[in-house]
Amino acid sequence: MAGAGRGASVSLTDLEKSYDRVAAVAGVSLDIRSGEFLTLLGPSGSGKTTTLMMIAGFEMPTAGDIAIDAESVVAMPPYRRNIGMVFQNYALFPHLTVAENIGFPLKQRGVAKAERAKLVGEALELVHLPGYGERYPRQLSGGQQQRVALARAIVFKPRLLLMDEPLGALDKQLRENLQLEMRRLHADLGITFIYVTHDQEEALTMSDRIAVMNEGLVAQVGRPEDLYDRPSSRFVAGFIGESNFLPAIVRGIEDDVVVAECDGALLRALCPGRMSPSPLAAGEKVMLTTRPERLRFADGAWHSPSSSGAPQNRLSVTVTEAVFAGERCRYMLQAGDGTAMVLKEPSSAAIRRRAVGEQAEIAWSVADTILV
Amino acid sequence: MSEAIVRPFGSADRGRLARIMNMSGRDARGPKNLVPLLLAAPLLLFMLAFYALPVVTMLMRSVSDPAWSLSHYAALPDDAVFQKVFLNTLYTSVIVTLGTLLLGYPVALALVRTRRWAPVILILILLPFWTSVLVRSYAWMVLMGRHGLINEALLAAGLLERPLRILNTPLATQIAMIHILLPYMILPIANALRQIDPSLARAASGLGATPWRTFRQVILPLSMPGVAAGVLLVFVLALGFYITPAMVGGPREITLSMLIAQQVDQLNWGYAATLSAVLLATALAIIAACYRLPGIGNAFRMNTR
Repeated sequence: MAGAGRGASVSLTDLEKSYDRVAAVAGVSLDIRSGEFLTLLGPSGSGKTTTLMMIAGFEMPTAGDIAIDAESVVAMPPYRRNIGMVFQNYALFPHLTVAENIGFPLKQRGVAKAERAKLVGEALELVHLPGYGERYPRQLSGGQQQRVALARAIVFKPRLLLMDEPLGALDKQLRENLQLEMRRLHADLGITFIYVTHDQEEALTMSDRIAVMNEGLVAQVGRPEDLYDRPSSRFVAGFIGESNFLPAIVRGIEDDVVVAECDGALLRALCPGRMSPSPLAAGEKVMLTTRPERLRFADGAWHSPSSSGAPQNRLSVTVTEAVFAGERCRYMLQAGDGTAMVLKEPSSAAIRRRAVGEQAEIAWSVADTILV
Repeated sequence: MSEAIVRPFGSADRGRLARIMNMSGRDARGPKNLVPLLLAAPLLLFMLAFYALPVVTMLMRSVSDPAWSLSHYAALPDDAVFQKVFLNTLYTSVIVTLGTLLLGYPVALALVRTRRWAPVILILILLPFWTSVLVRSYAWMVLMGRHGLINEALLAAGLLERPLRILNTPLATQIAMIHILLPYMILPIANALRQIDPSLARAASGLGATPWRTFRQVILPLSMPGVAAGVLLVFVLALGFYITPAMVGGPREITLSMLIAQQVDQLNWGYAATLSAVLLATALAIIAACYRLPGIGNAFRMNTR
């Protein structure tokens, strides 16, 4: 990774925060590597922002430890931690110009005026706002304000940048623009980014790794593709992307594959969530999950020879709803035991569309079937 | 029934009908603008009859008593008594304003910072605020008198040999007025502080500013509209304060309002009216000057929210 080593490593150990005995963060342990772009992803109330605020020093942990570059910072006030921070509402000082806002952290560090002006100019270039120094924040658009906040957070060259839903207040197109810019900044600066969002798409496209949080705990940490392809729990499978859930009963175990019965059919599934399939016993009720876009109609054109070599799961279903959505078709299916499923098929004039009420057989790869 | 009337029209006609009806609606709204005025009219008439008219009549006496002339105003530049009293009034107002600012700002800050104690602090501020000025001035007389609580306590503690003369000095006026006018300083400042986005203090701290620097560079500048509003309120109120200086103040260091009262007692209506006009003009001039400062108008507007 470019510039690795310039970023701080952050280590959270059994971090807890309770308000009036209600736990907002209930024991988070997480190692964030130097130079990494890590996203804390979770629904509201999952403790992701509280965790970030504790790293920044705005909230005092009830228990546990935070170490930055192996040095505990729990007792250190925020103004001595040397961490850049971007807030959702920008938090620009309304009485200061853009240049004064960006120069603020430099002023606190005793940087001389001439040097300050130079660094502020460079930071404005970096966020594509040269010449905006003399304006006031209220004279800028939301996207421009967030760029200024970003410039202010990195101008003093911190080794760690924290961002609390920085794009939450912006419209979709602006958000996608700034997402790319943040990726670029991350690559250029080589510093560690910790990013908080509830937007899974944002997390998937930007992060090196994602820590999915739920009810004050980290549910799963991993690369975006790991989380998407091999969710370790029902929560993660449901929160990131769309998932089908199939209730099944364990019938046997073959190497690292679980064989489970669902609606009379034997399905094979991987179980990355458990260290090994051995603790599973035959007869145990389990839940299998699979992504809608990875299901195919077994007799359709998309069930091509390319996938026929890989082991497949098959299931008989009835089409209950068919929606044409331009680039793809979306089918609601029902298995014999009543389990509802979704299948997404890339649309093509060459493919026969299914009618509601039609019986069909669907197939999908065992590698795309996960026991959660 | 209305349906039956509308049905014969085509859709275009119906649009025109709607427009006509809208227009008639707008016409009906025209006189509605008078409604607020009508609602306020009884009070306006009352104020006109019992406040504006007497005040104007009174002020007219400065040019009409004993005869029509500007002689009262012409005499002011050479009037040593007036000048001494006027300067003393301004001086007292400045001291009281500074005193309320220095004592009130930290309280306003405390009021905004603590969630748990805010109601208690607010009650402590407002309780005296709702008590009559007369009662509070009497209380200060009891406290500061020659045999008042302060002197007795200091004597008993052996810190004094003879009682201090506090009552009937400028100091007594200043202490009592600072106490009475404190709420007028605290409330606008607290209001301005409350408008400041709490994430700004966090941002400053995260960017490396110590708590003191965060206050100096972020909180204090952003609270200035409130400070200016409080200063204006207290200064203008202090200029015209009468009861408190009359009761606890010294016989020699009198304020403009006391001089006016004396002149009225001696039936020098013309002179008293002239002094009143000067006092009113000074207060209005200060208010006008303050409104020119950026942000002050906003501070008052926020108060109404």
